[in-house]
Amino acid sequence: MLMYTIKRLIAGVITVWFIATATFIAMHQVPGDPLMNDKAVTAEIRANLEKKYGLDKPVTHQYFIFLGNMLKGDFGISFTQQNRRVNDIIQDHFPVSATLGILAILFASMGGILWGALTAIYRNRMPDIIIMFLVILGISVPSFVFAALGQLLLVNINSMLGQSVIPVAGWGTIWHMLMPALVLGLGTMAFLTRLMRSSMLEVVNEDYIKTARAKGLSPTRIFFRHQLRNAILPVVTVLGPQIAVITTGGFVVELVFAIPGLGRYFVQAVQQLDYTVIMGTTVFYGAFLVLMVIIVDILYGFIDPRVRLA
Amino acid sequence: MSLFQPELSDFERATVQSDIEQISRPSLSYWQDAWVRLKKNTRALVSLGIIILLAIFTLIGPLVWRVDPALQDLNQVSQAPSWPKPAIVVEPYESWDGIRLDDYAGPENYPDTLPAPENFRTVGEATTQRVRLTWDQVPDADGYNIYRNNRLPQDFNDLGLPLGSTYGDELSYEDRLSLEAREYYYAVVPTDGIDEFENYTLLQVSPKLALTLDEALARNLVDVQDNVRPGDEITIEFHPLGTDYLGRDMLARLMEGARVSLFIGIVAPLLYVMVGIMYGGFAGYFGGRLDAVLMRFADFVVALPFLLFMILFKIAFGIGPGESGIFPMLIALVLLGWPATARLVRGQVLQIREQGYIEAARLLGAKDHYLIMRHIIPNTMGVILVTLTFAVPAAIFTEAFLSFIGMGVAPPTPSWGSMCNEGVKTMLSHPHELIFPALFISVTVLAFNLLGDGLTEALDSRMRSRD
Amino acid sequence: MRICVAAILLLLINPVFAQFEATSVDYENQIITIALTQEPPQLNGMKATDQVSILVLSHVMEGLVRYDRRGRIIPGVAERWEMDENGATFWLREDALWSDGQPVTAHDFVFAWRHTLKPATASEYAFILYPIKNAEAINTGQVAADQLGVVAVDDRTLNVTFERPTAYFIKLTAFVTYFPVREDFHSAKGEAYGSDPDDLLYNGPFRMTEWTHSASLKMMKNQNYWDRDAITLNAIHADYITADTRARLNLFIDGKIVHTRLDGETYKDALTQRFRIRRFNTGSVFFLEYNHRSERATSNLNLRKAIQHAFDPDEMVNRVLATPGNLRGESLFPVWLNGVNDKFRREYPAPQATYDIALAKEYLAKAKSELGSIPPLVLLVSDSPTAAKQAEYLQGVMGSKLGLEIKIDIQTFKQRLAKMTAGDFDIVGAGWGPDFDDIMTFGDLFASWNLNNRGRYDNPEYDRLVRVAMNNTDPKIRMDAMSELQQILFDDAVILPQYEQGVIYLLHPRVKGVVRRVVGADPDFTYASVAP
Repeated sequence: MLMYTIKRLIAGVITVWFIATATFIAMHQVPGDPLMNDKAVTAEIRANLEKKYGLDKPVTHQYFIFLGNMLKGDFGISFTQQNRRVNDIIQDHFPVSATLGILAILFASMGGILWGALTAIYRNRMPDIIIMFLVILGISVPSFVFAALGQLLLVNINSMLGQSVIPVAGWGTIWHMLMPALVLGLGTMAFLTRLMRSSMLEVVNEDYIKTARAKGLSPTRIFFRHQLRNAILPVVTVLGPQIAVITTGGFVVELVFAIPGLGRYFVQAVQQLDYTVIMGTTVFYGAFLVLMVIIVDILYGFIDPRVRLA
Repeated sequence: MSLFQPELSDFERATVQSDIEQISRPSLSYWQDAWVRLKKNTRALVSLGIIILLAIFTLIGPLVWRVDPALQDLNQVSQAPSWPKPAIVVEPYESWDGIRLDDYAGPENYPDTLPAPENFRTVGEATTQRVRLTWDQVPDADGYNIYRNNRLPQDFNDLGLPLGSTYGDELSYEDRLSLEAREYYYAVVPTDGIDEFENYTLLQVSPKLALTLDEALARNLVDVQDNVRPGDEITIEFHPLGTDYLGRDMLARLMEGARVSLFIGIVAPLLYVMVGIMYGGFAGYFGGRLDAVLMRFADFVVALPFLLFMILFKIAFGIGPGESGIFPMLIALVLLGWPATARLVRGQVLQIREQGYIEAARLLGAKDHYLIMRHIIPNTMGVILVTLTFAVPAAIFTEAFLSFIGMGVAPPTPSWGSMCNEGVKTMLSHPHELIFPALFISVTVLAFNLLGDGLTEALDSRMRSRD
Repeated sequence: MRICVAAILLLLINPVFAQFEATSVDYENQIITIALTQEPPQLNGMKATDQVSILVLSHVMEGLVRYDRRGRIIPGVAERWEMDENGATFWLREDALWSDGQPVTAHDFVFAWRHTLKPATASEYAFILYPIKNAEAINTGQVAADQLGVVAVDDRTLNVTFERPTAYFIKLTAFVTYFPVREDFHSAKGEAYGSDPDDLLYNGPFRMTEWTHSASLKMMKNQNYWDRDAITLNAIHADYITADTRARLNLFIDGKIVHTRLDGETYKDALTQRFRIRRFNTGSVFFLEYNHRSERATSNLNLRKAIQHAFDPDEMVNRVLATPGNLRGESLFPVWLNGVNDKFRREYPAPQATYDIALAKEYLAKAKSELGSIPPLVLLVSDSPTAAKQAEYLQGVMGSKLGLEIKIDIQTFKQRLAKMTAGDFDIVGAGWGPDFDDIMTFGDLFASWNLNNRGRYDNPEYDRLVRVAMNNTDPKIRMDAMSELQQILFDDAVILPQYEQGVIYLLHPRVKGVVRRVVGADPDFTYASVAP
């Protein structure tokens, strides 16, 4: 187990290195650069800027400088926010996104597993149809609609209560987190519902379930001890990387709910071609993702002992 | 007691019945059995019906409903679905000089309060082309502000939209701001050039839906020989599903958008799910080193910044401005979309390959690729079908996002996803712009969902044995 | 279950319940809460360029002069001044203090202006200092920074020598780039200058006390400010940072902020809620810029004339943009610019292009005969939703009325800039906002030496008129020159003006004294107060 983990970590580091290199190359291939702006500057100023930020060196040279700095853990200073170091940006904003993301995943997985199981158990009956209808509606509508509607719902609830009880935007308390996390997790919840349903349907008809029922075990016990464990593997497969995706991809939710998370930086960095922030966030995200995948693979062994990985 | 001693004469020669081992029905292979089940499955049939309807809508629809989806009609912006409406014909618009005072001298000092202007009235007929207003001068006022509301204002804070301001010598205002044929309440407030005085006069105006003669001729609503004169009534174009933010017919746009969206929404997921299945299947089955390398490559693809690489693709494929880059977008979507399926399939395969029947089949001499294709993949159908169902709307919305940044379809070509994006902006005031494309996407997703369910029931071995 | 669904649906339909007590205003403590549209990228006044940074900086710092409620120049750090053709002298007041108690001296201005012009600082707004002698030479690296034509005669007297007579110099000094910076503090902070509340010194009506990046920013009344008795507010809390207009409207409805801008969709909600909607002209002009390079079809005058006569500015403003406050585009010079005695556009009305399709077609035919054939024109736009909408409208109009094919090239921000610099477009959607309160901020846009003249329009007569306005102080001469310029812009169809931007916004009824400005901090809460 330990050997396996170490091997995976080394492979992970190599993967992250590949990610960084590919992104670096792509970033420099795209036209434009972080120094261009609406108001044009003189050639002298431009030359000075390039020298100051090391953009006048050949790209390969810049790459090795970047690599050297990355190994020291220094991602430089943001081009668009020249007072902030990329490391500080990630340090300040990642915990916010992480909290939101974990809460969202919690909602998504609890909801997904629950609804999915219900649809499987009550297959083709009312609960199944209603839930599947909601799932389809949920994925056919773009996510910002739900963000906007969610916020509107909060405004109207406050309005009805006569006081601003639930905050409609901002960050700070648990009350600020509920609606954004719910909206963020909706897509994943829908996916997990469907996934859970199909896994459960396969399991629900298995012989060992019949045996368990014949033996007189209660439905709850059957569900938790037997059905869930056998059906949950695909859910875990999705959840692992999805945590990374949701944590860093909450751009729309962060925008609508005024949350100071990392998601906004991901998108804005590419739009502004802020080289340092792009590299910093991509490497960070890559490392996070790789880590989650490793955890998922190790979990496979625990969930289904029949699975052997190495 | 005597034993029965058989003799030759006790036996009759048996006749060869070559039809004893006749099977009561023809032998069916796995796929043939699946096909039979599929045909009997209600869900699959319903989904098939929906798909056929969508196909008709996309292919035959434009031939029946011959309206140009790019034709803009700024007199009918964001109209809800309605019956054909009548409009009156008017003279072409001519700019108005307004009503000004000739010898106007500004007030000498700024008074504390001013009364509301009197005789607030319209000049000429109020039509959706323009509403012309005038009022009497308020002595010592150095300007006026005009407001418009959709319902009767209750107090000074409720006057509605601030349309504009005039200088002290201008006693008129022409309103042309997205006028509709409905009731408006105008208010005029005197100012000292900067600040307002809290007195106002109201005027109720209901402009009539109007069209200039040139417009009517240009849009073939009337012919020259009909001898239509200003003041006559004509019927303007009928938009069964309403119009969008530039006055284009929603139904025609949905039909044209169907082509792009359905193409991308079906072909892209199919492609990248297939790639994912093969990739994940091989990785999961062979395990070990191969699995490790393949999966790390999959992680690599997922971690790449999407937007950046899309911009790169757009340049790499050399899509010129305003050209629809559908195939490059398809390739891009596939290239960046397959890892999710691959990972799911690999997980399932890891579970399945440990099952007893795999070992048994291997002992019987089955080769690897036979095991994968015949035993393992069909048992991952559940997961595969779920991914497919979700990939359809995901592809449609990704395409919309890409069109937004300039890759994919170029304006004015619509697609359901980009219509949704546009519709979100007017979600609360003109919901039809969002509801219709979202509805069509929902129906498509529903069709594939039901198809997926039907296929699962038909193909999945564990569920088949129950029926 | 069904009741649940019904309740949710009911709540989603936007009902108008009683408006409750807003927490965004605090009368006893005189505190207001606002939202910012984005995280200020740069609170170093020498380098700041964006609206949000300028907003914050204008509240916490002050220059030689400032604007009053009616937009007139009044003394700031300088209590009086004199100006002539060659230069200006400012006498600073005694009681202008930094937030650490030290006085604001003339040396602080000298240091700041020199530092801004140094090429290594790479300030985008350095050009606004060019009226000062040697400023441009310093900025292009030809002479050292200490050659700048500004001298601190003593701690409280500042002497400025002009490069050329500049009538509007006093107004320039109200802008952020002209704000003072204390040298010892700046050297001590180094790269960290402006990155957190402790890394700045404040000499304005407020000072920044807290800054949680991307989340909130708090300003409190500066007790060391010389005019503190005129400031009623005790604190401004910017507790939310989001670019989404709908989110800010929701915050406003929820009573959490006192001000928000409305756009074409959110104003309808505001109407339903019976809020008072106010209007304001931002002073920016939006236009289509043609590519005048000779290899482009758009360098042909007849083609541009054809487009000029086929475009209906009323329709653009009233039906496409469809928000109140926008004015039709008639000229490069917006309506708020001052002329000699009255507004520039009232003294020198803009030439009007007649909307005449037949005439447009004639021009088009001429263009065709000159060019041979007209290839599809590429319209370069940004990826913002309003830009796309306007572009589609133009494509539709030109297509249906003239038969002219236009292709829309949507590019994200940097890619669009790259294309503009390289001249890779036929028409580009552009806009310009004023930097200072004088006609020159628009006047020199299309001079051949201006780098912002992306279409490379080159007209010696135009250049000559710009120089006349730059080098003269007599208002009549300058305005006459600009009027001729306005005529050239029209006759030569250099650009196609689209609209002058107006915005509508909401303000809490109990907040008084908020000033909207075309140049400088907007909205300006300096003189605001909370009524009971």
